[in-house]
Amino acid sequence: MPVLTERKTQPQYDVIVVGSGAGGGMAAMILALNGVKVLMIEAGRNYEPVKETPMFNTPEMAPLRGAATPDRPFGFYDSNIGGWQVPGEPYTNKQGTEGDFWWWRARMLGGRTNHWGRISLRFGEFDFKPKSRDGLGVDWPMNYADMAPWYDRVEQLIGVYGENDGIANAPNSSPGVLMPPPKPRVGELLAKKAGRKLGVPVVAAHRAVLSQPMDWKNLPKVLFPNNPKAQEIIGKDMMSRAACFWATNCIRGCSIRANFQSTTVLLPPALATGNLDIITDAMVREVVMGADGKATGVHYIDKVTRRDAVVKARVVILAASTCETSRILLNSKSRDKAGLANSSGQVGRNLMDSVGTRLGAHIPAMEDLPPMNEDGAGGLHTYVPWWLVNEHSKLGFARGYHIEMGGGRQMPEAKSFGYLDATSPGVYGRKLKEEARRYYGAQFGFSGRGEMIPNKDCYSELDPNVVDQWGIPVLRFHWKWSDHEIKQAEHMQQTFAAMIEGMGGKAKPLSGADAIQRPGEIIHEVGTARMGDKAAESVTNQYCQTWDVKNLFLMDGSVLPSNPDKNPTLTILALAWRSSEWLMEEMKRGNV
Amino acid sequence: MNSDPYSISRRHALKGLLTGAAGVAAAPAIAAPNQTEPAPPVHPSRFVFHDPDFMQPLKFPWEKLLTTEELATTQALADLILPKDETSPAASEVGVPEFINEWVSADYPAHQEDRETIRGGLGWLNTESFKRFSQRFEELGVEQQSQIADDICGAAKVSPEHHVGAVFFKRFRQLCVGGYYSHSQTWKSLGYVGNISIGGPYPGVLPEVIEKLGLQDVV
Repeated sequence: MPVLTERKTQPQYDVIVVGSGAGGGMAAMILALNGVKVLMIEAGRNYEPVKETPMFNTPEMAPLRGAATPDRPFGFYDSNIGGWQVPGEPYTNKQGTEGDFWWWRARMLGGRTNHWGRISLRFGEFDFKPKSRDGLGVDWPMNYADMAPWYDRVEQLIGVYGENDGIANAPNSSPGVLMPPPKPRVGELLAKKAGRKLGVPVVAAHRAVLSQPMDWKNLPKVLFPNNPKAQEIIGKDMMSRAACFWATNCIRGCSIRANFQSTTVLLPPALATGNLDIITDAMVREVVMGADGKATGVHYIDKVTRRDAVVKARVVILAASTCETSRILLNSKSRDKAGLANSSGQVGRNLMDSVGTRLGAHIPAMEDLPPMNEDGAGGLHTYVPWWLVNEHSKLGFARGYHIEMGGGRQMPEAKSFGYLDATSPGVYGRKLKEEARRYYGAQFGFSGRGEMIPNKDCYSELDPNVVDQWGIPVLRFHWKWSDHEIKQAEHMQQTFAAMIEGMGGKAKPLSGADAIQRPGEIIHEVGTARMGDKAAESVTNQYCQTWDVKNLFLMDGSVLPSNPDKNPTLTILALAWRSSEWLMEEMKRGNV
Repeated sequence: MNSDPYSISRRHALKGLLTGAAGVAAAPAIAAPNQTEPAPPVHPSRFVFHDPDFMQPLKFPWEKLLTTEELATTQALADLILPKDETSPAASEVGVPEFINEWVSADYPAHQEDRETIRGGLGWLNTESFKRFSQRFEELGVEQQSQIADDICGAAKVSPEHHVGAVFFKRFRQLCVGGYYSHSQTWKSLGYVGNISIGGPYPGVLPEVIEKLGLQDVV
C-alpha cells in the first residue's frame, strides 16, 4: 500500500485519517504499525523532503535572492506550500472583527510539520488545570500525570534535544529521554548572562532535532513492546535518520531527516508496514453519515481530476488542522443543523492563537568578533521558560509566555542589512563595506510566545455567501483580544527591553497594543472543537472521540481546551498517540 | 523567528496581503456545496513563488523592466556604493544590477512601490548629472559621481531640491547592500562562515570570545 498515484482507493478501510501532519501522521503510523488498514487523505500535493529540500542552496540561486514575498512570507526556501493565502481557497473575516485573522494552511504531504520551529515543550501540570488555578477558560479532562508517559514516548520517537531544569510547570522528561542540547551561540550566552541579573532563566531550548544519532537498537523495544514488526520497522527507520550537521535552517525541511517532519519520521515507517494508503490532492468536503448515526466514510474532491468520490471506513479521524477540521464538521450534514458532532455548540468556538511580540537591537559587544559558524541546529539553542508562574497576582494578566531568541551570524539575506540605515546613514564606498563587516552578526532579538485565554469573541463559522473553488463553503473568522493578552504583550516588550539593555544594547519597546502580532500570525491556532469531560460543554472526550459520533475522532489542535505558551505540536503528537492506542482498544472491545 | 530587528517585519511585509489577495480569491457563491463550477486546475504549472520546484533551475517569472540605459546607471551607482576592494568584489561582479532589475520588476505591491522609487530616482540622477556635467551618470568619473552622491546620501543635511534624490539613494543603497551580501561570493569577506556541514557536536563559541566578553560563568 503506497501513495496512490493511480488514485484508486480500496472499497473499505478500517480507518480513514484526514490530514497528514502531526496528528494525522502519528495516528496513521500507530494504527498501521498495529495492523490496522488505513487510508490517509491529504488536501495538498505529495511532498518528498529527502528529494526536494533545498539544503545548501544560497540566495543567489533563487529569484529575488530568496527574499520573502507575499507568496512565500518566510522566504523563498521555506518548505511550506500554501501560507496565509491559498489560491482558490479563500476565507473571510466578519465585519466588526478587531484585526483580521490570518489563517495559515499547508497544502502538502506532512502539512505544517514541514514548516515549524521544532520547538517542543511539554505542557505542565498547571496547564492542564488552568480554570482550577485562576478561574478562567476550562480545565482539560486529564492531567499532566496522564500525559507524561506519552510525552516521553513522543520525545523518544522523534528525537528532542533539551535539558531538565526543574522549573515549575516546565516539566522534566524522564531520565535519558532528551538528547544533549547544542552549545549556545555568543548572543545566547550574552542573554543568559543578562538574564541572571534580571532573574530571567535562559536554559537549553527543547527542539525536535537530532543532536546525535538515534539509539535505534534499544528505543524500538521501549516504544513498541510486544510488537516485533513495529520494532523492526522503527529500528530501521531510526538507523537511517542522520544527526544534525549544523547547517541550513530547519524551516527548509531536512533531507537528512535530522529534524522532525511527519514526512520524514512518521509516514516512512507507516508506509513500510504495507497497511497505509495515501491519496494526495484530495480535499474532504464532509464526513458521510449512516442512518445509525455513525460515520460511514468521507466525501472528497479529487483536485487532479475534479471528480467527487466517497471512501468508506469503520472509523474516521479528522486531523486536517484546527480550523479545517471544524470546517469539515460544520459542512457535514447531521440531524443537528449546526454541523456534525456539534450538539454542544462548541465547534468553531474558542479559537486561540499564541500571543506574539518581538524586539531586537544592535548589541555592540557582538561587533567585530572573529567569524564563527553560528548556523547551529537551524533554530534556537536556548530559550526562557515562563518564570513567573507563581507571581500572577502581581502581574495584572493571567497566563505566561516563553521567550525565544536569535540573531548573530546567520546566513545573510537580501533583507538582513536594514541595520545599516541606523548604524551607517549616508555612508557609501569602501567605508560602507567596512561598516557592514563590523556590524554584521551584532543583531540580536527576542520573541515571546504567550498563552491567550479563550473568549467568546474569537471564533470561526461558515460564511453563508462564499465558497472556494471546489464549491466548499469557506470559514469566516471573528476576533478580539482581551486585556490579558494586551497586558502580556506589554510585559514581553518590557522584559525584552531589559534583556537587551542588560546585553549592552539600546531598546525601544512598544506598547502591548502596538507590539502584539496579528491573530493567526503565530500559526498556533487551536481550540475549535475542544475536549472536555462533559458532552454538553465540549466536542470530544479526552481520547479525541466526539461525544455525538462514536466512530469519529479529532486528532489535531482543534481539541485543545487551552493554548499554553508551549507551542502545540508536541502535545498534538502525544494526544494522537494516546488516543490512537485507546481507539484500538475500543475497536477490539467492539465499542467502535 | 526573524532575528534581524531592523528587517521588514512580518506584519509590515504582509500588509495588504489579506485585502489584496483575499479580495481577489474570495469568489462569490457561484455554486452550491457539492456542485463545482469549472475552474483552472491546481497544478497546471508550479508557479515559482507559490510552489517552486527546487530540483529544477528557477526562472524569474516576470518580464524584467529596466532598460539597457537604466541598467547602466544602476551598475554605476551600485559600484560607487560597493566598489571592489582587497577582499571583496564590486557590486556588479555579483549581479547586483540584475538583482535590482528583478526586484523592481516583481509583481507585488511593495515591489511596485520600489519600481517607482528606483526608476524615478535613476531618471533624477541622470537629470542632475546632465545639469552639472552634461553627461549621463555612468559616463562620469568617480569623483564627479561622488559629488552628486554626497548631496543625496544623507551624510550631511539634504537640501530641498535634492530630496527626491535622497529618498531614492536610501532605498537604492538598501537594495544594493541586500543584493550584494546575499550573494555567497561576498560571505567570506563579510565574516559569514556557515552553510557547511560539521561532524560531531556543535562547536560553540570560540574560547577567546568567551574570555573577551566575560562569559566564563555562563558557559
